[in-house]
Amino acid sequence: MTSAAAPSGGGGWPPAVFDPAGPYSEPVTTLAWALVLGGALVFTIVIAALWIALRGSPRLQARLGGEKAIWTLGFAFPAVVLTGLLIWGLTLTSSLSATRVTGDEMRVKIIGEMWWWRVHYLDAEGRETLRDANELHIPVGKPVLLELEAADVIHSFWVPRLGGKMDMIPGRTNRLLIQADAPGIYKGQCAEYCGGPHALMGFVVVAHTPQDFARWQDSRQPRGGEGGAGLRLFLSSGCAACHTIRGTPANGLAGPDLTHVGSRRTLGAGILPNNPGTMAGWIADAQAIKPANRMPAYHQFSGEELRALSDYMVSLK
Amino acid sequence: MMLSACGAAPIEPPLADELSIARGEAAARRLGCGACHDIPGIDWPKGRVGPPLAGFGDRALVAGRFPNHLPLLADFVRDAPSLVPESGMPAVPMTDREARDIAAWLQSLRD
Repeated sequence: MTSAAAPSGGGGWPPAVFDPAGPYSEPVTTLAWALVLGGALVFTIVIAALWIALRGSPRLQARLGGEKAIWTLGFAFPAVVLTGLLIWGLTLTSSLSATRVTGDEMRVKIIGEMWWWRVHYLDAEGRETLRDANELHIPVGKPVLLELEAADVIHSFWVPRLGGKMDMIPGRTNRLLIQADAPGIYKGQCAEYCGGPHALMGFVVVAHTPQDFARWQDSRQPRGGEGGAGLRLFLSSGCAACHTIRGTPANGLAGPDLTHVGSRRTLGAGILPNNPGTMAGWIADAQAIKPANRMPAYHQFSGEELRALSDYMVSLK
Repeated sequence: MMLSACGAAPIEPPLADELSIARGEAAARRLGCGACHDIPGIDWPKGRVGPPLAGFGDRALVAGRFPNHLPLLADFVRDAPSLVPESGMPAVPMTDREARDIAAWLQSLRD
């Protein structure tokens, strides 16, 4: 956990859209293949028409420029293809979003913020059981119903290998289903421009085997970490005005809950590996890493204080 | 050939092998050294908490304290407080080899 394993789906080869990892991303892959192959076919037709226009025999050129060709290739063909594609695409992807809760799914509410994600785990009745941020833990082979909201502007939730893409709109709850069929780490990304560091608003989904998932759930008890000098600095430097560490007096709500920050795969919302070094860098000058994010740079710490604080944060497993 | 090779070649400290340097750069990216340091070759992040590391291979001293020799530098990269107790640079979990590779890479950075 000290060096973050490379999350999959964050660039690289094959592109995530051709590498689905669950039943709610497979329809997207089907659609993507249809678009790529269909696009290649249409491109071939256009190039053939261009060749005829430039080099073809006068008889072919006359036919290409005739009224009949305009009606069939210029009007009927696109109308039929695009209408068919729209109907087929909407039908195919209708199963990716959910209109209601059936009760069999795991439920999680995710709220998009500028420029991170609140993660509230819910029980079957919709009551909150655990708060976290920027990382979602799920068991493999089980549908997860995400209730997507936004606190400020429109964001879009997207973990390409696990499901479709869904806007998060202030004042609304949109429901999206995801599922992972194999354990692993899956990268997500805000997919709707939401201001300055939008491109640095990442997300991580960790899919566990059922046994590992049960162990992970059991480990979500607030421990308050090692305390000592690090906790004292956290409380005396104003960190608690924005951050909560359950089991300590820190109960701020403006920023991410840090009760388990040391066990996260990443820092800064899916963008940095999580270790004492990156933690110190983030605390002392988060603005250099993620410009315009809402955490100010903290320049007042001595070297030893900065290390005490970052060691404490990393100890919050 | 022999004679020309014996000509006025510039005297440079021997570079660690290219593989080690390449592994070092990859390890530095993986560990996120850029969170605190502006380092040539790492486009993002370009942290400002610690010193920029351009031309590090030409620097005489590490942290202004001890000679820029590979084994010492490797120790500093992995566990800075053991050499400079008041440093803000924390001990970062990594293997011996990663520390040596990162030190080799840093020493390959020339102005």
